[in-house]
Amino acid sequence: MATLTLKVNGRTRSVDVDPATPLLYVLSDDLELRGPKFGCGLGQCGSCTVIANGQAIRSCITPVSMVTSAEITTLEGLGTPEKPHPIQQAFIDEQAAQCGFCLSGVMLTAKTFFDKNPRATDEQIQQALSGVLCRCFGNVRMLRAIRRYAKGPAV
Amino acid sequence: MTRTLTSEARRALTRAGLSQAKSRGFSRRSFLKGSGAVIVTFASAGVLDEVSGVLAQGFNGTGSPQLDSWIAIGADGTVTAYTGKCEFGQGLYTAQMQLVAEELCVPFNRVRLIQCDTSITPDQGTTSGQQSHPTNFNKTNLALAAATARETLVRLASARLNAPTQDLIAREGAVSVKATPSRRVSYASLIGGKTFEVQLNPKAARIHPRDWTVLGTPVPRVDMRAMATGEFEFVHNVRVPGMLHGRVVRPPSPAATVMSVDESSVRGMPGLVKVVVKNNFIGVVANKPWQAAQIAEKLRVTWTPGPRLSPQRDAYQQIRKEPSTDTLLVDSGDVDQTLASAATVLRATYHHPYQMHGSIGTSCAVADVQADKATVWSATQSAFPTRNTTAAILGFKPESVRVIYTRGAGCYGINGADTVSYDAAVLSQAVGKPVRVQLSRKDEMAWENYGNLFAIDQRAGLDANGTITTWDYEAWSAAKGGRPGYNTPGNVVTGTLLGLNPAPFNPRTPAPAPTQPLNNNSNTAPSYITGRVGGSRNGAGVVQSERVLSHRVRSPFFTGPLRAPERLQNTFAHECFMDEVAAHVKADPVAYRLRHLNHPRLMGAIQAAAKAANWQTRPSPNRRAGLASQDPPSSNSTVSGRGIACVCYEGDNGYVAMVAEVDVNQATGEVHVTRLVVAQDCGPISNPDGMRNQMEGGALQGMSRALGESVTWDEEKITSIDWRTYHSLPLGFAIPRIETVLINQPDEEACGSGETAITVVAGAIGNAIFDATGVRIREVPFTPERVKAALGSRT
Repeated sequence: MATLTLKVNGRTRSVDVDPATPLLYVLSDDLELRGPKFGCGLGQCGSCTVIANGQAIRSCITPVSMVTSAEITTLEGLGTPEKPHPIQQAFIDEQAAQCGFCLSGVMLTAKTFFDKNPRATDEQIQQALSGVLCRCFGNVRMLRAIRRYAKGPAV
Repeated sequence: MTRTLTSEARRALTRAGLSQAKSRGFSRRSFLKGSGAVIVTFASAGVLDEVSGVLAQGFNGTGSPQLDSWIAIGADGTVTAYTGKCEFGQGLYTAQMQLVAEELCVPFNRVRLIQCDTSITPDQGTTSGQQSHPTNFNKTNLALAAATARETLVRLASARLNAPTQDLIAREGAVSVKATPSRRVSYASLIGGKTFEVQLNPKAARIHPRDWTVLGTPVPRVDMRAMATGEFEFVHNVRVPGMLHGRVVRPPSPAATVMSVDESSVRGMPGLVKVVVKNNFIGVVANKPWQAAQIAEKLRVTWTPGPRLSPQRDAYQQIRKEPSTDTLLVDSGDVDQTLASAATVLRATYHHPYQMHGSIGTSCAVADVQADKATVWSATQSAFPTRNTTAAILGFKPESVRVIYTRGAGCYGINGADTVSYDAAVLSQAVGKPVRVQLSRKDEMAWENYGNLFAIDQRAGLDANGTITTWDYEAWSAAKGGRPGYNTPGNVVTGTLLGLNPAPFNPRTPAPAPTQPLNNNSNTAPSYITGRVGGSRNGAGVVQSERVLSHRVRSPFFTGPLRAPERLQNTFAHECFMDEVAAHVKADPVAYRLRHLNHPRLMGAIQAAAKAANWQTRPSPNRRAGLASQDPPSSNSTVSGRGIACVCYEGDNGYVAMVAEVDVNQATGEVHVTRLVVAQDCGPISNPDGMRNQMEGGALQGMSRALGESVTWDEEKITSIDWRTYHSLPLGFAIPRIETVLINQPDEEACGSGETAITVVAGAIGNAIFDATGVRIREVPFTPERVKAALGSRT
């Protein structure tokens, strides 16, 4: 066990954990965050996605000791129910979920992709999401929500 | 006595309860926190025993005859409704709130809903089979409760306002005199904080769908905001003071048994609390989840291997040889003669593999088992049955166990939610502390209750005009276990490992002659037969010489309901075979279907889908089909086609038709679905956007199942254990254009809409592949290898 310091959603947090522990366990168990989810533990589905220094990473296969100097943002760090982030608002507007379990993977992957590729085409969006699973198959609405976010707020 | 106590509890829930939930978006935890005093009372003061008095009032999956079991109106006018049908992502929570608001004439935002908590909601059995609308939105249960409440309030207002009931109108949470609206009295002042003390009135009038203002509108889901911002509490997020973390150690193969467990292999590992062994059940408990995972990994267990599994490649032949339970659903008694005298006889065999629920989140539960009572936070679709079976496992009375439904990842049927609830309960009992268990990906996928494997033989006899005169269906399917119900925990893996048997398998051959009117709730019978049994005729079609014979054999793997269970496999075989027959007589597939149907609503769905798809009337295959195959395989050897499929879901619970358009790359065998048009009639539409969401998701999930999904195994074990080995389409695939046609039927009863669309996808795509290529693929999934092989054998 070791005391590690993490920067999560703008706050500095200290945790006493085995440094090999995957970041996901620390976020959801020690810090009781609900955004990142355990889907597979293998980096295959995306449910555990968080943003670390601007990159979407799979927290279920990232040892916590690797991200102690990173700025980590989880889904709840983007916005709040009262003040959602624009991509969250786009998903709310499009009713783009069924069970909602996959949303960290979908939204954070799409957001980091768009932040770097603001003019991405539909095909490029799909390519970016090729490693993300939604077993309810909300694809139609999710892609619509992502396009809505990409266009920016309606004037 | 009991009712008083329960009513008090409910009033407290109503009064203190749900303002926090309102401010934060829907969250189960908010409910519980907001009504903490009540929950504490339930959990700590032996109240469960008294609550059982309420449960005894006919609570056996059939709801409750007492209005107070369903609806409470608080002193502030807030309406709290209690339902035994739960939300798991299908939008039912919001739709039920709409129902209560509509029927009770209160604003939508004044309604609170509490779902599936065995201490405080009616027992409505299992939420499944798209039965929630038929059950709660027609003339019984929640709908009737809200209607009864409204009529009771009008009656109370009549006395208060000194006006006859027919002169009164209920609106916006108050009753007023129609002629002088200023004479009004609010629900709160009529009954707020008090109980109704009346029975549901079967004659209470529902508000007609044509007059709806809340139902029938696309009310956004109340949980969407919390989900999109990561605030929503899934069962995975439940945290209880003093909670420990468990992991299970499942056997290496389906029938392996424990020989020995070497606890010294994990002694001293950080966080270890206990290794728990009960019969063939093994679990570990640790302080933290990561510790539990590592201990489970390290624990040395010696297993006695079970018998070898029959190879997967032989599965469809093997099930024909096993002892079986045989069922004749329909038998006109003349099939052999009519086939012998038919102008033409066609036959084909269809194969459908085991498939998985494959929830994106592995199943999770939290259990707090104390000396004489237990609480389980579970994502089960069957809160009350799970209460009873968990009690049986723990050695408790059912009334000493409380199951609080808390949402999991989308389940699409019985995923691991029930079994992991038992895992958590057993481990919690063993350590005397609350335990949370979340399964590993492999433990979820290797042990869940798969959708059944089917081999289906179809035979049709045709007359000289090419009309079907005989339909003979004979199927073999494999099953073991299923939903545990109220008393069979051995129907899922944990129960069996603990030494409890799955439901017994009783071979019966031959099947007795059918005596009951056809209940086509598994769509075993094709739509095109008359379905005559005795004097009844429950089919949707005109074919009079008919036989529907099923053989159910024992599966080596657990099976259970997977979205459109059996309906999907049967419909694939029926709809592809219908297409084969149409092609044989060179008839247009739409016209040929209509010619053999007499069910107006199914025919309406077919016509609506065909119209929306701009269906071109002609036989299949496309006259260009296969032309490209004359060329050497190359990138431009892509051919296109379209197909249709339809079904009366469960015989009478929703009517759907789908047109699929595909491109088939003949060089690679890849199938690209370019367009899906779905027309669906589910009676009066509660929430058009919710229904559309289900149709879109069902269409694409069906496409994933049709194109790629199959459980795999070798001679020892299941080998599809993660997303590399079980092939779900990812979010990034090129999705087809999806067009949904919603057929609203305000004068009909409400049907379900969650499983309707998915049922027809494999059939529609299979028929489109045939239209494009002239090749019939009779086995799901339509993988590139399988399609390419079929194209290669084309002459």
